[in-house]
Amino acid sequence: MARKKIREYNSKTLLKVHAARLGGLDLPIRVAQVKADTDFGALVTAHPWLSTTPLVVKPDCLFGKRGKHDLVGLKLDLAGAEDFIAQRMGKYYLCIQSTRAGTDLSFSEAGGVEIEEHWDQVRSVSLAVGEAVTGEALAPLLATLPLELRPGMEAFLATAHAVFTDLDFTLMEMNPFTLGPDGAPFPLDMRGELDDTAAFRSAKKWGDLEFPLPFGRRLGPAEAAVARMDEGTGASLKLSVLNPRGRVWTMVAGGGASVIYADTVGDLGAADELGNYAEYSGGPNAAETHAYALRLLDCTTAGPDGRARALIVGGGIANFTDVAATFKGIIQAIRERADAVKAARLKLFVRRGGPNYRAGLDAMRALGSEIGIDIEVYGPEASMTGICKLAIDHLKDSDARDAKAAQ
Amino acid sequence: MPTSPRPSAGRYGQAGQLFTKQTQAIFYNWFQKVFFGAEEVAIPQYGSTAEAAKAHPKADVFINMASFRSAYESTLEALQLPTIRTVAVIAEGVPERDTKHLIAVARRGNKVVLGPATVGGVQAGAFKIADAAGTLDNILACRLYRPGCVGFVSKSGGMSNELYNVIARAADGVYEGVAIGGDAFPGSTLSDHCLRYQNIPGVAMIVVLGEIGGRDEYSLVEALASGAITKPVVAWVSGTCATLFATEVQFGHAGAKSGGDDESAQAKNAALAAAGAVVPASFEDLEATIARVYRGLVDAGRVTPARDDPPPAVPEDLAAAKRAGRVRVPTHVVSSICDDRGEEPTYNGVSMSELMQGDATVADAIGLLWFKRRLPGYATKFIEMCVVLCADHGPCVSGAHNTIVTARAGKDLISSLVSGLLTIGPRFGGAIDGAAQYFKEAVDEGWEPDEFVEKMKKRGIRVPGIGHRIKSKDNRDKRVELLQRYARTHFPSTRYLDYAVEVEGYTLQKAANLVLNVDGCIVGMFTKVEIDSIVKIGYLNGLFVLARTIGLIGHCLDQKRLGQPLYRHPWDDVLYTK
Repeated sequence: MARKKIREYNSKTLLKVHAARLGGLDLPIRVAQVKADTDFGALVTAHPWLSTTPLVVKPDCLFGKRGKHDLVGLKLDLAGAEDFIAQRMGKYYLCIQSTRAGTDLSFSEAGGVEIEEHWDQVRSVSLAVGEAVTGEALAPLLATLPLELRPGMEAFLATAHAVFTDLDFTLMEMNPFTLGPDGAPFPLDMRGELDDTAAFRSAKKWGDLEFPLPFGRRLGPAEAAVARMDEGTGASLKLSVLNPRGRVWTMVAGGGASVIYADTVGDLGAADELGNYAEYSGGPNAAETHAYALRLLDCTTAGPDGRARALIVGGGIANFTDVAATFKGIIQAIRERADAVKAARLKLFVRRGGPNYRAGLDAMRALGSEIGIDIEVYGPEASMTGICKLAIDHLKDSDARDAKAAQ
Repeated sequence: MPTSPRPSAGRYGQAGQLFTKQTQAIFYNWFQKVFFGAEEVAIPQYGSTAEAAKAHPKADVFINMASFRSAYESTLEALQLPTIRTVAVIAEGVPERDTKHLIAVARRGNKVVLGPATVGGVQAGAFKIADAAGTLDNILACRLYRPGCVGFVSKSGGMSNELYNVIARAADGVYEGVAIGGDAFPGSTLSDHCLRYQNIPGVAMIVVLGEIGGRDEYSLVEALASGAITKPVVAWVSGTCATLFATEVQFGHAGAKSGGDDESAQAKNAALAAAGAVVPASFEDLEATIARVYRGLVDAGRVTPARDDPPPAVPEDLAAAKRAGRVRVPTHVVSSICDDRGEEPTYNGVSMSELMQGDATVADAIGLLWFKRRLPGYATKFIEMCVVLCADHGPCVSGAHNTIVTARAGKDLISSLVSGLLTIGPRFGGAIDGAAQYFKEAVDEGWEPDEFVEKMKKRGIRVPGIGHRIKSKDNRDKRVELLQRYARTHFPSTRYLDYAVEVEGYTLQKAANLVLNVDGCIVGMFTKVEIDSIVKIGYLNGLFVLARTIGLIGHCLDQKRLGQPLYRHPWDDVLYTK
């Protein structure tokens, strides 16, 4: 159950459409999304209000406090738009969050960019899984709200919660939202996260949305290719390039082990040399590990600079993954990239255990002598992360030798 | 361990051991025959979970192998059965909302959910779930065949197996180990299991492997701080590297993501250490830390190291032993004509693509698969001529007739074909091998043609390859003429053919219909070496069978296309006699 952030545009659209469906509420949300390739003529045709309404313009990129960072521009009639907001009664804060036992609803009458300074005014209730969202349950949130606003606000909170649950949201935050002239709630800013594992049943309701990458992150060609492979297989294939010029690279089996290998490289003081985070698991077949290893090796061997590099082909002791079968694909990839591996002065350090590991390790050893590259191979008798130190020491030794030779 | 504690009513904090040697489990969406010791057993199957539970009221563990799509419904059903007390959900990718609902239902029924996305767990010397603990090799290496004194819980399934190994080296091994899965909200938490271990007398110390993301470790911090857990706990939370990354990285596990600062590995390690857990400096240091705590317990007399009696012998899996080169097994089948193990199948070493690129014909396939060599062009052409000429000989010959009768009886293509093929024998189409055998004998012995015919007559054997029901000296078989002409033009040697023609010259003096027939003619085409090597096996009849199969299939299809009714032979065509 991975939680994936979605854009403000999608959060608002989902809320509007499904609040109408689930709560009969017609929310006056009007949003238009502009992308790099958006045709403005077509956009105005689709949303005629764009040419007649004062507009708020802001980047939709998964980070908050945009007002604080001066990133919100008011395209038309700045003064009028400011008045429009100032005339509103108040700015409210609403956050619905998934917890182990159910959901937490937090509400405040002092919403806005200063919410953290008014955190003492945020009230929360916890709703257990399956618990009905009654007026009684919500009462603690609305205790200080003017009486005439309570029924409308209660209906809005209950409906927002219904949308949250029905669409497999894991987080829905409106900070702030306001009440329009007719008293209907209107989110000025909103962020949301959906549970992407629910796609098999909720994708239709979600409509056409994408899960954008975290702010500041862009996929390289190899990463994008691996992400596509990951989507197309029952196994798990992950690749994140951290430092394209790194000298320590990893290709680790297992979700748990892969994190620990990265930890260990950091513990050994070589974090700035760590090229990537990479993980394969869930019993990928030889064809899948072959395609995956090719992509990874392309990153690992890119731009040879004459200095030694190390690739850690690591893993714990597998429960069910056939080590020889997964290694078969990796070995084939290394063989095909033998020239690049030599050109990049890449040395391989292998450690793995599990079903059929002896055959897998033997094949790795044989590969080294067959194509004339350096491969050190260890099995379950060695500690899992011991090869990290060997790899880093190898780089230090090589550098020392290179320096001596240069003198 | 017949008197081992069972999961008791109440919260996890009061639960103890989940599995014993007597534990029975119900698998969902999984059937295999499995080895139990040296014997193979088939696990009984039922149409529904309720049925299985009814038939096996002592089975209190439910192991769900359903996919993420259906894991929720099937788990919910199991949790509602009174006999089920522990459920393991193996599927990865179960939606958070579904898991939360399962957690709520389990809590109400005082049941334990392992997973989703768990590899399961192992009760050393007693019970293991599905793939947990890996191969038998590994179980021996980790001494999981008998309980040690360490209770172990981790998020990661792959790392749990690694840690069974580490714990077997650093201490006397695992008493019980479980993986709770890497989701944000696992069905049972690290602390749930630590609290259970606190209640199990056989567990002297607890090892926990946590992970970045989520707040699960903090309930363990609370349990330690409140004194609910008093046994020594060695804990490590992985994911310290996340701070090294410039942007958020989704690690391999769904729940492993840098959230707030207090969800970082560093914060959780610090909180655990502050609450009294023994936290190593790094993962590398974990093994030494476990060893130190374990030695402390042994030195204080609180733990007596588990005895290492020799494990019960379990025969090794043949496939594994073979792969490892520890046994050799005689094969039961030898094949020398083809191989389908490589990138593409080969016929006698020649690959499909080679054949296709070389415009190979049916005769080339026959050469490779029957004669085990590439035949020269004149030979493949000759085989093709034989196949074409022998493909059919009208609807009245006995093979075709049988096929027609069978097809009209409503039988399928293969039955109709086979009924015709089964007619082939010494009197119908099967004379080629016989002719080859006798002609070979005659030539080898150096008999003159007339001498040969007379010897055969004395033996009471008709000369195979000679004689035809209709064709005669003045009405030669066109097929024989064509084959002969081709052979004389293209074959390097026609020694047997020349002999056969000489024999025909002699027999024609006896009767006009004792002509060289197709069978005899085909035999005449082969060289001595070929006849020596092929005559015993029946190659030549194979050529006739192959060719005639084309015609017989044609007759069967023809009858079906025409919708012909059941054939019944007319009475008046039968002489009824006493």
